[in-house]
Amino acid sequence: MSNTDIIIHDEKDNVGVVVIEKITPEQDCNCWIMENDKSVSIQSKDEIPLGHKIAMADLSEGDTILKYGHDIGKVVKNIKKGEHVHVHNVKTKKW
Amino acid sequence: MEIPESFLGYKRENGRAGTRNHVIILPVDDISNACAEAVANNIKGTIALPHSYGRLQFGADLELHFRTMIGTGKNPNVAAVIVIGIEPKWTKRIVDAIATTGKPVEGFSIEGVGDIDTIAKVSKKAQEFSMWASEKQREECPMSDLWISVKCGESDTTSGLASNPTVGNLMDKLEPLGVHLCFGETSELTGAETVCEKRGKTPEAQAKFKKTWNDYNDFILKEATDDLSESQPTAGNIAGGLTTIEEKAFGNFQKIGGCQFIDVLEPAEEPTKGAGLYFMDTSSAAAECVTLQAAGGFNIHLFPTGQGNIIGNPIEPVIKLTANPLTAKTMSEHIDVDVSKILSREMNLSQAGDELIKSTLRVANGRLTCAEALGHKEFVMTKLYRSA
Repeated sequence: MSNTDIIIHDEKDNVGVVVIEKITPEQDCNCWIMENDKSVSIQSKDEIPLGHKIAMADLSEGDTILKYGHDIGKVVKNIKKGEHVHVHNVKTKKW
Repeated sequence: MEIPESFLGYKRENGRAGTRNHVIILPVDDISNACAEAVANNIKGTIALPHSYGRLQFGADLELHFRTMIGTGKNPNVAAVIVIGIEPKWTKRIVDAIATTGKPVEGFSIEGVGDIDTIAKVSKKAQEFSMWASEKQREECPMSDLWISVKCGESDTTSGLASNPTVGNLMDKLEPLGVHLCFGETSELTGAETVCEKRGKTPEAQAKFKKTWNDYNDFILKEATDDLSESQPTAGNIAGGLTTIEEKAFGNFQKIGGCQFIDVLEPAEEPTKGAGLYFMDTSSAAAECVTLQAAGGFNIHLFPTGQGNIIGNPIEPVIKLTANPLTAKTMSEHIDVDVSKILSREMNLSQAGDELIKSTLRVANGRLTCAEALGHKEFVMTKLYRSA
């Protein structure tokens, strides 16, 4: 089995989680989707540390981030596939 | 893995079983801490549980104070209890309620006596209790004598990916054996509240959960100056990659596996509907939450962490697990179970669940947790509003 760099909870999710110490820009990464045990690949655009999220698709302002197959917040700044997804481009829909 | 049918615990007078055999010196109020600590210093094998409250509280806040004090004394991990208060009335109320378990308990008050004579008098009784408790032996107890509470802390995305689902896997495997289970953290279910509500086993349990969460959310909306972004997620959560409270909530929620909760408990309330999973209305601050769960009667705690929370409790052993390989390496003295191999896919969830069951039983049988060995005994009362 090739090493897993990114884990995705649910097939519907548009973000994955980095599970190695970090990924670097233009790294070709192996992703494992836990829900259906499938593998996909993605090229990163940013350096992303362990535990942080990568966009699995292009996302526009107002889009919903899906993780665990559920709504975990809204995009507040356009995000390209392969970019780092975090507090600088995603906010809660609560409060 | 074949799950063992029993563990070695301390059988108590009321039929419950403990994983520990503590003799506690319980101050009713903040000003009795000094006395309690002096007694615990005098008499080996006793432990004082100092805290910051217990004066001029009223209404639901006072009731919660009593429930926490009484529940802590009744917990089966406690063999015997000394209660010390400034005045006799509240002291007696706590003593009488703990005495219903049949365990040795005695109360003392300081007013009209002073610290020094009180310490002398209490020390004699504490010595008697400590020496009595030291003869208690562990005996074989069925798995259903385990009351397991869970709470996660300093979570990151590895918590939702692996360490919380490991706890969920343990719950799925132990629930059919008649174990009592408890999760809490009302605030940290925000974003997953409707999904969580549907996990109520009955319409009553669902309605009770909905009301509890709504009451909490109304309180937040009333008290918050802008939003909770500075507190939820915490700086540690954000460093670990968690972006929003919703993301944290869905990760948190993995801890209950596929179980359904049968009832919703008030903070520190003892469950009365038999074995199964309960939701307790608690804060998400680690020490407050575990203190309330211990007061509810839970005798062993599972605590998944991402970035490395270090909490312990004076009476309920807290087992820590992490799936974050950096935390497992840099904070190894705090981590009882390392499940980081899930992330590299060298271990699956079921194997991790089995490892956690083994570790839980070792601790139930007497192995010290990291937090116990390091001396963590955070006892923190939950306060609902300011005192009169």
